[in-house]
Amino acid sequence: MKSGFKTIAAAGVLAGSLAFSGMAQAADTIKVGILHSLSGTMAISETALKDVMLFMIDEQNKKGGLLGKQLEAVVVDPASDWPLFAEKARELIEQHKVDVVFGNWTSVSRKSVLPVFEELNGMLFYPVQYEGEESSRNIFYTGAAPNQQAIPAVEYLMSEEGGSVKRWVLAGTDYVYPRTTNKILESFLKVKGVPAEDIMINYTPFGHSDWQTIVSDIKSFASAGKKTAVVSTVNGDANVPFYKELGNQGIKAEDIPVVAFSVGEEELAGIDTGPLVGHLAAWNYFMSVDAPENEDLIKKWHAFIGDDKRVFNDPMEAHYIGFNMWAQAVEQAGTTNIDAVRQAMYGQEVPNLTGGIAVMNTNHHLSKPVLIGEIQDDGQFATVWETDGVVVGDAWSDFLPESAKLTADWTYPWVCGNCEKPKYVTN
Amino acid sequence: MSVTKKHVAPRCRVVIFSILLALLAIIAPGEALQAQQNDAALQQALAGLNVRSFKDKTAAVVALGELGDARAVVALEALTEGRLYGRKSDQTVVIADRDDRIYKLTDPVSGAALGEVGSRDIKKIVANNKLRRIIRGVLGQLALSSSDPGLRLAAVENVIASPTDGSLALLKRARDRETDVGIRAKLETGIATLELGADDIALRRAAVSRLDDGNDPEIKSLLERRLLKNSDGSFVEPDDALRAAVQDAVDDINDRLALFGLAEDLIFGISLGSVLLLAAIGLAITFGVMGVINMAHGEMIMLGAYTTFVVQEIFRATMPAEAFGFYLLASIPAAFVVAAAFGILIERGCIRFLYGRPLETLLATWGVSLILQQMVRSIFGANNREVANPDWISGAISIGGGVSVTVNRVYIVVFALVVVAALAAFIRYSRFGLQMRAVTQNRGMASSMGIRTGQVDALTFALGSGIAGVAGVALSQISNVSPNLGQNFIVDSFMVVVFGGVGSLWGTIVGAFGLGIVNKFLEPVSGAILGKVVVLVIIILFIQKRPRGLFALKGRAAEG
Repeated sequence: MKSGFKTIAAAGVLAGSLAFSGMAQAADTIKVGILHSLSGTMAISETALKDVMLFMIDEQNKKGGLLGKQLEAVVVDPASDWPLFAEKARELIEQHKVDVVFGNWTSVSRKSVLPVFEELNGMLFYPVQYEGEESSRNIFYTGAAPNQQAIPAVEYLMSEEGGSVKRWVLAGTDYVYPRTTNKILESFLKVKGVPAEDIMINYTPFGHSDWQTIVSDIKSFASAGKKTAVVSTVNGDANVPFYKELGNQGIKAEDIPVVAFSVGEEELAGIDTGPLVGHLAAWNYFMSVDAPENEDLIKKWHAFIGDDKRVFNDPMEAHYIGFNMWAQAVEQAGTTNIDAVRQAMYGQEVPNLTGGIAVMNTNHHLSKPVLIGEIQDDGQFATVWETDGVVVGDAWSDFLPESAKLTADWTYPWVCGNCEKPKYVTN
Repeated sequence: MSVTKKHVAPRCRVVIFSILLALLAIIAPGEALQAQQNDAALQQALAGLNVRSFKDKTAAVVALGELGDARAVVALEALTEGRLYGRKSDQTVVIADRDDRIYKLTDPVSGAALGEVGSRDIKKIVANNKLRRIIRGVLGQLALSSSDPGLRLAAVENVIASPTDGSLALLKRARDRETDVGIRAKLETGIATLELGADDIALRRAAVSRLDDGNDPEIKSLLERRLLKNSDGSFVEPDDALRAAVQDAVDDINDRLALFGLAEDLIFGISLGSVLLLAAIGLAITFGVMGVINMAHGEMIMLGAYTTFVVQEIFRATMPAEAFGFYLLASIPAAFVVAAAFGILIERGCIRFLYGRPLETLLATWGVSLILQQMVRSIFGANNREVANPDWISGAISIGGGVSVTVNRVYIVVFALVVVAALAAFIRYSRFGLQMRAVTQNRGMASSMGIRTGQVDALTFALGSGIAGVAGVALSQISNVSPNLGQNFIVDSFMVVVFGGVGSLWGTIVGAFGLGIVNKFLEPVSGAILGKVVVLVIIILFIQKRPRGLFALKGRAAEG
């Protein structure tokens, strides 16, 4: 009995001192929440984003932190479970009192945390290319909107240099991002005069592994005398067997190129890329881009992670830009207060790793360059085309009639993410 | 010419070598002045590649092709393989072979080695798809005069796929000197495809009648191109009668292709069936024979796949390159042992306390599956691991009509059948198989006959798990090796076992192939997602009618 009491007392003292040290820390550090899955299906993509955030925070602390305080990372694991994302977001804001959150990958997880961030007035940086059709006051979208990835990719393939493609296969995994993107692309293609019979749309379940029939269908669709290309919004794991089957059935990129929006350096790391050479991807960043900023950062990244085989990819660059913008905005605002930092975010500029300057717009989307790359046999991309300057991210697509009317602008007089008219009319 | 070609497959090397030989025969050797002029022309053409614009690169490629120089072939090959670089110091075009961090440079004109540099000193000359296609045509034209019949055939196909202005004359010349009947026929076909666009209507008519009896989708594609309209609204094929003939030819080819399509669906179905069979056999033991609802079955497959990866890495590190291809054979026993060991661990540590409580078994094994997944994720990382396809199971066999069967899928069908046969023989004829059947049929009786039922349970579960591990070796060849590998197969495996009849190996075979084939015949009609739904509905209805599956066990054993 006595010893039991002792244990309880000891535990109480321990808990008290923990709570105290926690409070002491809260006073002189700025907390950065990291909300990426470290287990479950999405761990394949999101673990690297957690690592890059730790890297950015470490770099900033080496420079002396922000506002004279050190930054402290608070890492939670939502385990690829969408409702758990909302719980963990609430935990970060309410319990850990973080000043900003960097996180999420899938659109469904973003939709799940959105009400939490709006209710508690938090700030989320979302680094992944997505389907658009959203602008929240509490989220900054540092990944590409459809007009910064899908539309330029299709325009490239239509051009003479891209092969003058006339016939299109839109293949995707069956969920919100591919469905919305394909809807936008379909109406874009029709605007460009592509007849309906030259568009084939195909959806497959998550993790689809038997691609024989679909690849054979693509092959026969392509044998109608017109140059054909595949626009792939196939997600994650299903890509490997898809590309393997293309190679097996003898489809070369020269004959039927596949342009993908979800395949980056990280996804290619686990595949033998020999048979994939020449297939395309559209992103705002490629690790292979020959620019001094890029080389420097990759060198530091390899030193931090202790493995010079680790890749750097587009969503990681998005976090790099997002974090630096946030840090600049905090310095300018002189506080981590969400509303003040949000105001300071607009017009914030950070150099891209690939050259040029990324700008945060008042619709909470970035202006970024668009690059098209072909897969090489070393698992990297070679840039074959890029936009002349930066492209302004569109929250609402111009190619969907009901979205074209909407405007997102979080500054006066609009102050709205989805309005047809400004909220405050100036006379 | 000493050109180091480290990354080129042996076949490719043969290709280039014979092209070189053929070209050397054309070029008159020994004239110094001529040689100097050649060098200058080659240098100039190569410099044209080191530009940003793809249009200018295309012109340079065509110019290189027209030189007919053997060294131009080497340079073009290097360009398609991504080994052609521009040296930053003096902008000369060099061939660079990567060796880890350093690049060994070779001068494409003199063939001399130019020393070693780092990645910052050179810039890759990028080719895009269009350029690669043009290069394929140009190289094809140069290889038409090769002495190797296989190369000539490939060359003809490349020229047909991406013809240029001079292709028709080249093909005709090649036809006139060709002695091989097969290649001659191919050349005739190639000439006909080009003459489809001739100005003379008689030539066009002859071309159409020559092409209407094939069953090649590529030819169909070329014919259909004649039916399209130009941008000004006129038809590509101006003559109405001939256009009707082209339409007939296309329809004929389509009819023949439809038959091939059926054959293709059947082949795909068998292939999918063999994958389902492999995934399900292990479960046919653990669930079918023992009655354990084993949600960790998929993870046993995953462990097998990761064992394959580890064996591959060991082979890569310790074995000579020639033996590397056989890592897959060594993986089979290794995967069996690893998965079986985990099977014993799970059975002794968890499942044996839960016999007769199916719901708790379900939850417990599901928990085990999550633990195993995260364990693998912690050890190997969350990313996919690359498991290479050895040469002996790569490639495809063409059946005609655009239908081809890939060699690795043929191996998987054979492998699945061999595994089932071995398993059936083991259960039927071995002493352990006898004990296993005795225990599952009547535990009390078996126990009183002196069989240690606990030990038999553990070994039976290990057998089922081991077989699942072996399946993982085969599935690593066609699927991702990732911690989620098992989840993709667990539902399908249960479906096969329940549909085929619990406890019946024969039922598992018929169930797997039946589901595979039905799935593949439905998929073109309904799409992949609806196809799965329909199959599921069919199974549910079937189970209503025959609750014990296709091949129900009869007699007292079934009541146990």
